[in-house]
Order: sequence, then structure tokens, then C-alpha cells
Amino acid sequence: MSETQDKRGRPAAKDRPFLDELEAKPFWANLKEHKFTSQRCSACGKFFGFPPQFLCPHCLASEYEWIPLSGKGKVYSFVTYHRAWHPAYQDKVPYNVSLIETDEGVRMMSNVVDCPSEAVKIGMPVEIVYEDFEDYTLPKFRPAT
Amino acid sequence: MANVSGKSAIVGLGETVVGKRPEASTNSLHLEAIRNCLEDAGIKASQVDGFLTNQPLNDAHRSYAVRLAHMAGIDPTYATDLALGGATPVALVQHAVMAINAGMANTVMCVHARKRSTPDPSPGYAIRTGDEHWEQPWGHFSAVATHAFAAQRHMYEYGTRSEDLAEIAVATRKHACLNKNATMRKPMTVSDHQQSRMIAEPLRLLDCSLESDGGGAVLVTSAERARDFPKPPVAILGMGQHHPHFSLMDAPSLTTLGGKKSSETAYRMAGLSPKEMDFAEIYDCFTITTLITLEDYGFCAKGEGKDFVKGGRIEIGGELPVNTHGGLLSQAHLEGMLHVTEAVKQLRGNEVEAERQVPNAALGIVSGHGGNLCMHSSLILGAL
Repeated sequence: MSETQDKRGRPAAKDRPFLDELEAKPFWANLKEHKFTSQRCSACGKFFGFPPQFLCPHCLASEYEWIPLSGKGKVYSFVTYHRAWHPAYQDKVPYNVSLIETDEGVRMMSNVVDCPSEAVKIGMPVEIVYEDFEDYTLPKFRPAT
Repeated sequence: MANVSGKSAIVGLGETVVGKRPEASTNSLHLEAIRNCLEDAGIKASQVDGFLTNQPLNDAHRSYAVRLAHMAGIDPTYATDLALGGATPVALVQHAVMAINAGMANTVMCVHARKRSTPDPSPGYAIRTGDEHWEQPWGHFSAVATHAFAAQRHMYEYGTRSEDLAEIAVATRKHACLNKNATMRKPMTVSDHQQSRMIAEPLRLLDCSLESDGGGAVLVTSAERARDFPKPPVAILGMGQHHPHFSLMDAPSLTTLGGKKSSETAYRMAGLSPKEMDFAEIYDCFTITTLITLEDYGFCAKGEGKDFVKGGRIEIGGELPVNTHGGLLSQAHLEGMLHVTEAVKQLRGNEVEAERQVPNAALGIVSGHGGNLCMHSSLILGAL
């Protein structure tokens, strides 16, 4: 066992975001203020999607803006976890992890909350909720009102 | 551009005993596979001049290929590690063909081993999968859950059910029961599958492949040289790759993957079509992977996999025997290296237990699949 490996030599799992990632610092800073944002290219006008990067994945331009997203979207696919790969999730099983497609067309990993896991469906409309931790905020989603 | 179809051949193969190998190390499993391959090919290590291997996932090396080559007494003029996850073993053979046809080497060892069932303390570092810091904060971990996203989506788009995936697990187990070097040799029923516990719903325990220790290797050379080797050479007729995304968040589809374009490239190179394949060794880290790949490879239309896998069609004696060795699901999970060696054995004939020999096997296709559903490689092989 070490910080980077488990007893079988596989990468050790973590349960918190990597806040020092250069490309993603504005994303996490904006979330702390309950602003859910994504990069939009100033040259081609397309959203970068996630994870963030410095050059546009569509045209490699360097100029972009962090644009507030509507916070609305749909469940693209989901999984109900019946086992935990990290101690932080041990008392949460069964729990939901969903791929959310925002109305702007970008997808990200998240959880559908305020909803029993058996009620989550593909195509279900959802809206953002902010889960605050001491030094960061995680975007999560609940069934749209 | 010159077509390399049929210009290279596999002239040697080696497999180790698979399963739990607590006495072995990652290095020794590779070396056993190399030794068995050299014995099968009837040559010495000093006659090998190319060396390809998979980047070891639990012990990052600057060049594991160069390290292993010298551990085996091979002095390569061409060597590299490839890093395409479970698409690597098929890609090793492809790179061997490229190196041989480019004049970089004449005889190339392709080896992959893994020690995953029993502990293997390593002084090094594990290799990242890539996007874990954009997944783990929301509780997304593991290959099984990544594939469960695809299974959920396939169920939504095409009405596939867990019971349909069970058919794949059951057929694959039947083949493992006939293979003396398979880990799981107890017959399985659809009911066993349905009663197995959910891991990452909709995938159950019996949708999942094994964690194994073991290794495999093949030796590739030019078609001209191949005739001087003792065993019947197996020609490399078609090759393809496609890697349509990296991040799960960026996948254009979760139900059509890299296998579509990869197999189209391979069929075109070989001048062959799916209906000409006598068998298929399909990467089966999870049952859903087999289903999606059979569709992507054109054996049935997209969405029809659930019917295609029924009624014995994918069993030995059926229309398209699939994973005649028991696959990753029931033989052993060595990232598909044994899918390659099994295809070679089927095409040589008289090398597997008689009950699982595909009658008159002359052409077969092998798939590799890696990462977050994102990497794919294909190989069409035929008797030379």
C-alpha cells in the first residue's frame, strides 16, 4: 500500500477533486460561488466540454471564456453502484452515478440526488444543486421541478 | 500504398498456466510465455530481433519492452511498449507486421502477462487510467461501472435485457468447461447469472471477467520466412484500430464503439467480410462488450445482438463460435493475449481439445478493446 497504489498495485482511489489542476481552477472557483460554468471557444463558438483544457478541442484556438450554464439537462446514462470502491462510499450503496448531458450539450459525471436510485431513468430532466464541502463545491443534479 | 495483407505470419505461440500463480512474478510470467513461444517456434532467443509488450499497469517503466527483452536474452533492433489497455495484445501483432514490413526487424516477439489474482509487490508506480479525478469525486470507479453505462444505454436504445447478456456468459462458460487451461470450469445457467449479485447495475457478478495471473506470447515473421518454421504458419490478413474518444464524458456513442471502424478497416485490408469468418475471439471484459462488438463487427445489425447470441449460435458447432477458449469471462483475463493465441491454435488445427475445435477453421477475427470503452483493435487471421 502507498499513496498511489493499493495492495494489488492498482491506482489508489480518491474521493475529492484535484483542485490544483491548472485547466480546471476557474471551474472549481466558480462552483464555490455556485456558478456552474464550461469553457466556450472564442474562435469557433463551441463548448469545450469536460475535462477542461487550455486549447479548444474543436479548433485548437487558445481563447475561450468560462460561460455560465443553464444548470438544466438530462440523464444520458446511469449506473447504480451495489459495491463501493472507496471507503467514503461504503455507507452510500446502493448509490447513483449519472452521465448528465446539459442543455448546452456537454456531458459530465455527476449524481442524481433527492431521488431514489430506482426512479432514475435515461432522458429524465434534471437541474443542478450545489453540494458544499469545506474547500470545494460539487455540482450534482436533482429531478427538474 | 502497399497492402500488407498476408505478408506476415504468426509462427509461434506460448501460453502459461493461468489462474492463481502466487509463486510467479509479473516478470516471470512474461518470461514463461516467451520461453514457451520460442519452444513452439523452434528457435532461440538470439534469433529474435524485435520485441513488443504491453506497458505494465502496476509498475510503470520507461521501457518495459527493452527490460524484458534483455531478461529473455533478446537483443532487439526494434522494441517498444504499447499502451492501449485491452486493445494492446492485438495491436502488438499489428506493430510487429509494421516493423517487419518497414525493415526494422525480421522476427518479432509479442508478449503480454499480468499478475492480478495474487499480490505482486512492486517498487514502482501504478499507471493512471486518465480521468479519475473527474469521476471519483462523484463515486465513479472501475471498469465494470464504465461498462454498465454502456449496458444501460444499450438497454434503453435497443431493449436489451440482463437475461440476454446471460446468454453470452453461459455460452462462454461452456467453452471454458472444455478447456483444461481455464479457470472457471463449472457449468453456468441463465438462472445462475440472474441470481448473481448486482455489482454496478445493470451488470451482475457473472457479467464480469476474471482477475487472473498468466501470460501469452506470439512470434511474428514475414510470410517467406514463416515456411521455415515447424508449425503451420497463420497469416495476418487484416488489421484495424479506432479510438473514437478518450473520456467517457466525450464519447460520441456508448452503444457503437471503435469496433465498427476498426473492423471495417481490417475487412477491407483482408478483402473479406463478416460472413466469411469461421469463428471470432471477441474481447469480453464484460458480457456487454461481446454484444456490442458482435454488432459493430457486422455479424448482426445494431440492436440485434440480443437475438444473435441465443440458440447456440455463438457456441462451438454454431454459426459463429465466439471465444472458443472461454474468454476473459471464464478462462482468464490477460487483456486478450489469449484471444490471439487461441485464434492461432484454432487455425493450426489439432492444438485444442477436440470438443472445442471449430470444424474446418480457416478464417477468424480477433478483437481488442481497452480503456473507458474507448480503444479498439482488430485482427483477421487465416491459414497461410
